[in-house]
Amino acid sequence: MSVIDGQVTPGPGGLCQKGWTAGELLRHPGRLTTPLLHGRPVSWDEALDFVASRIASFEPDEVAVFGGGGLTNEKAYALGKFARVALKTSQIDYNGRFCMSSAAAAGNKAFGLDRGLPFPLTDLRSADTVLLAGSNPAETMPPFLRYLEGARLIVIDPRRTPTAERATLHLQPAPGTDLALALGLLHTAVIEGVIDKEYVTSRTTGFDDAWRVAAQWWPEQTERVTGVSAADQRAAVHMLAGRSYVLSGRGTEQHASGTDTVSAWINLALALGLPGRVGSGYGCLTGQGNGQGGREHGQKADQLPGYRKIDDPVARRHVMDVWGVSWLPGPGRSAYELLVAEDVKAMLVFGSNPVVSAPRASGVADRLRSLDLLVVADFVMSETAAMADVVFPVTQWAEEDGTMTNLEGRIIRRRKALDPPPGVRSDLELLQGLASRLGVPNGFPAEPAEVFEELRRASAGGLSDYSGVTYERLDSEQLHWPVPSVEHPGTPRLFLDRFAHADGLARFVPVDHRGPAEPPDGEFPLQATTGRVLQHYQSGAQTRRVGELLAAVPEMYVEVHPDTASRAGLAAGESAHVVSRRGTVTAVVRCVPSMRPDAVFLPFHFPGDGRANLLTNPALDPTSRMPEFKVCAVRLEPA
Amino acid sequence: MRRVVVVGYGMAGARLADELRRRDPDVSVTVVGAEPHAAYNRVLLSTVVAGTMTPESTRLHDERWAAEHGVDLRVGCEVLEIDRSARTVELDSGELVPYDALVLATGSTPWVPPAEGLVEDGVLAPGVVAFRTLDDCAEIEAKAHRGAPVVVLGGGLLGIEAARGLAGRGCLVTVVHPVGHLMERQLDPDAGHVLARTLGGLGIEFRLNSTAAKYLPGDGLVLDDGTHLPAELVVVSAGVRAETSLARKAGLTVDRGIVVDDALRTSDPRVHAIGDCAQHPGTVSGLVQPAWDQAAVLADRLTGANPAARYRGTSVVTRLKARDVDLAALGDVHTGVDCPDSEVLCFQEPSRGRYAKLVLRDDRVAGAIVLGAPDAAATITQLYDRGIPAPTDRLALLLGRALPAEAASPADLPSSAVICRCNTVSKGQIVSAWRAGAESLPQLAEATRATTGCGGCKDAVCGLLDWLGASQPAPA
Repeated sequence: MSVIDGQVTPGPGGLCQKGWTAGELLRHPGRLTTPLLHGRPVSWDEALDFVASRIASFEPDEVAVFGGGGLTNEKAYALGKFARVALKTSQIDYNGRFCMSSAAAAGNKAFGLDRGLPFPLTDLRSADTVLLAGSNPAETMPPFLRYLEGARLIVIDPRRTPTAERATLHLQPAPGTDLALALGLLHTAVIEGVIDKEYVTSRTTGFDDAWRVAAQWWPEQTERVTGVSAADQRAAVHMLAGRSYVLSGRGTEQHASGTDTVSAWINLALALGLPGRVGSGYGCLTGQGNGQGGREHGQKADQLPGYRKIDDPVARRHVMDVWGVSWLPGPGRSAYELLVAEDVKAMLVFGSNPVVSAPRASGVADRLRSLDLLVVADFVMSETAAMADVVFPVTQWAEEDGTMTNLEGRIIRRRKALDPPPGVRSDLELLQGLASRLGVPNGFPAEPAEVFEELRRASAGGLSDYSGVTYERLDSEQLHWPVPSVEHPGTPRLFLDRFAHADGLARFVPVDHRGPAEPPDGEFPLQATTGRVLQHYQSGAQTRRVGELLAAVPEMYVEVHPDTASRAGLAAGESAHVVSRRGTVTAVVRCVPSMRPDAVFLPFHFPGDGRANLLTNPALDPTSRMPEFKVCAVRLEPA
Repeated sequence: MRRVVVVGYGMAGARLADELRRRDPDVSVTVVGAEPHAAYNRVLLSTVVAGTMTPESTRLHDERWAAEHGVDLRVGCEVLEIDRSARTVELDSGELVPYDALVLATGSTPWVPPAEGLVEDGVLAPGVVAFRTLDDCAEIEAKAHRGAPVVVLGGGLLGIEAARGLAGRGCLVTVVHPVGHLMERQLDPDAGHVLARTLGGLGIEFRLNSTAAKYLPGDGLVLDDGTHLPAELVVVSAGVRAETSLARKAGLTVDRGIVVDDALRTSDPRVHAIGDCAQHPGTVSGLVQPAWDQAAVLADRLTGANPAARYRGTSVVTRLKARDVDLAALGDVHTGVDCPDSEVLCFQEPSRGRYAKLVLRDDRVAGAIVLGAPDAAATITQLYDRGIPAPTDRLALLLGRALPAEAASPADLPSSAVICRCNTVSKGQIVSAWRAGAESLPQLAEATRATTGCGGCKDAVCGLLDWLGASQPAPA
């Protein structure tokens, strides 16, 4: 398995069970090896002809594209170009919207630039303290914990997760109250005298406005809303003063106020003087394999390659020149809005399984079912593929070349180790085949290296500038973007001299706590939160097909406090219904004494009536359009 | 366009202006404040006295706020009279300001105990300061030098916060309180005594069941029992009275405060009152949370954002803000442990400053005092506020952070216990691998993948190896 070493996992290596068993998918009997048209095996030509002729019958904006954060940079780039040039549609977005969008929006506001970690991962080794807000790497990214061995951990999570069990300090806020907690910690930092005033004056702007909101969140007030004791808030800010890092994850970001919540964490980090210095900082932990690169090169509704904005005339001009076109569509709708849009008639889905992973999943499934044309490219029969008119069998990780960009903004080569099974083609070949049938015979090469050369030119001068990156350099160098020329050594640490705003200063953003979009009430008295378990990944379409992983965690479960279970007439091991305004999930009860009695936890990797996302609330963040995955009101009853 | 006039630019008035503007960019808002400067957060005054926050950081608004938010702000300006029939208020400048809706947010004024000499010619005597405004804080700060004898009149919440802050500055503080125990509104006598003992350990002295009889400027206080207390500074924190004079003069119904209904209307439906000056059956005065809740409801009504909004009262949680003293009190705390209709738990450890009392009815928290147990305070407050049934393990709840300890010895673990979470490797699998010859850490890692993920289970695996090694019969 040398294919994996040093690539899937950055730095010192180490794999969890998912990594060790990933090879099973390559030879899995459920692997798709032939295109399917309405369930019938057909040739690639027949499937491509069918799709192209159907697409031609719609208006451009009636055709939507839904991408994925697991796609290589080359595929993500080609997909964005395919949508805008071959389909001429503005309607493209991707599942990374459900992942990184709140952190990205807040990072852009504060620093003028969004790169998950603006410093090398290895810097974390020298930290005194690391605060993890809503992140559970002991399950989602175990090898990452090796970087934190020397640090005291502050873990912020409503659940006592395996990560929280390792923490020096575990703060357990009520679901949906992280923003209040971050405001409270800023307030506490001020009264405890640990603010870095010199830094705030010389490197930031806007503290006073942010403070006036935080001033209303004294520790005891914050305690009342969050349930985190004032004493623990004080302990936390004292631990954070010094060589510290504040890192955010999906638990704090996947809310209808997710962007503001991340802004509040960044405000705290800025007040303590952490970002833009060697040995301290703020970062967000990327969720999917290519969560960073996937958001930079144009599969997002509002973006063009190089992390350019699609409504910026200069950016449009540059990209049109590279693409050799004289027109581009404008911004489209965000992921959830796209999935439920009534005016969309056809959708092409790449590397994503929204029937399981989107909020209010039953509504999304109904909408996809009513499309005139649903096309899915995948390597296993995911729940979304099972609904499709046409399924294309595509390559997976060990079968393709390309690049990924990891959470620290480092570009990593993915090398082909095996030939795909007969009948399987790459997504790039698929796009080429469709584009030529749609009358665009050039501009969609099937070779990743060729696509990458164009990506370099398209990203040149953008925020995430890859123009100096070559496959050859990646053989021997560690390159963090931006890399504006082939002589440039890359940028492992951003912001050391200045932040990316025109004035070089970081921005405090004044934000206030709003609370969950759907507070609990008499009918739905509990709060549900969702997340991952170690053995499974995303919608589970891959990991549920690996015997060893499925055996470890075979079925949908719900974690509840033992008292909450018994009050609902349930005992451990019994089958329960978890009911929200949007749907009902069937799950086996697990009694966990460390759960809050008013909260339940559901993993989101299971299909059918075990889909946690049948319950979730599609209330969207006004800035990032992130749905509120992490908290909704439910009740628990015997199945 | 609707004209809203707010009388009072304190925490309630400022909050209302913010809430109005957040809902409606167009409604005309005029705010009249008597103090010459921008509104500030009174709750933070004890932090200013303690020296951990500057007066400037307590400001709720900066000088640009009124202009940026289109608010007609008049500071250093008093309202002399309300003409309810003409619907105008008269300012001390003589100007008449018309209103469609008038909101009284006039707050409260300190009550000064009737001791001889505290008040001279209607104002506090030199060396006597109320603990109410930023100006008061400035005066306290100026006089509170290390070693200065200070007397605080009043052992309620604010008096104790002031006393703690002053003691932290090195003052020699004595608290004079007319009742037999501190914070009698929120605490039972036992809790009050534990609190006094804790504060005593921080250098604060108490004269309970005592009142001030006479103040001698430059010298000190004589108490009702004749005791003499030296004092360079006397801080008055003996309670407040709702500021109702304007409302009385205008003929509105006034009891202890300006009487309001659930719509926060006074006896004149065009005149409203919120905050400390208002009297609503669902709340007590002197706290900020009711004022903020009322401001939100009233803004909903006045802007039409939710004309049906009603204020139903605020559940009160008292939380002392004093360094090294963690105290929360809520609900009914005066029920005794032997009360037949309630389940009452009580834990006392005065020597370590701990006192916890929990009153449960119908499985829910009806009242609690938690002193010296910060986790329990946070958890119990959440249960109370959210009406969540209390956990069956009452003792763990009362004492806080009482999660069961993890199993200790490798020998005690069941075979199915997962040792390496990253790779789902159980104790049984490690034992089997060891028996099959994997007797070192690298060999075990190779055989089972344990320790190859995050590495966090290394100690546990080494422990198992030691245990397995020890169980091997010694070589002959």
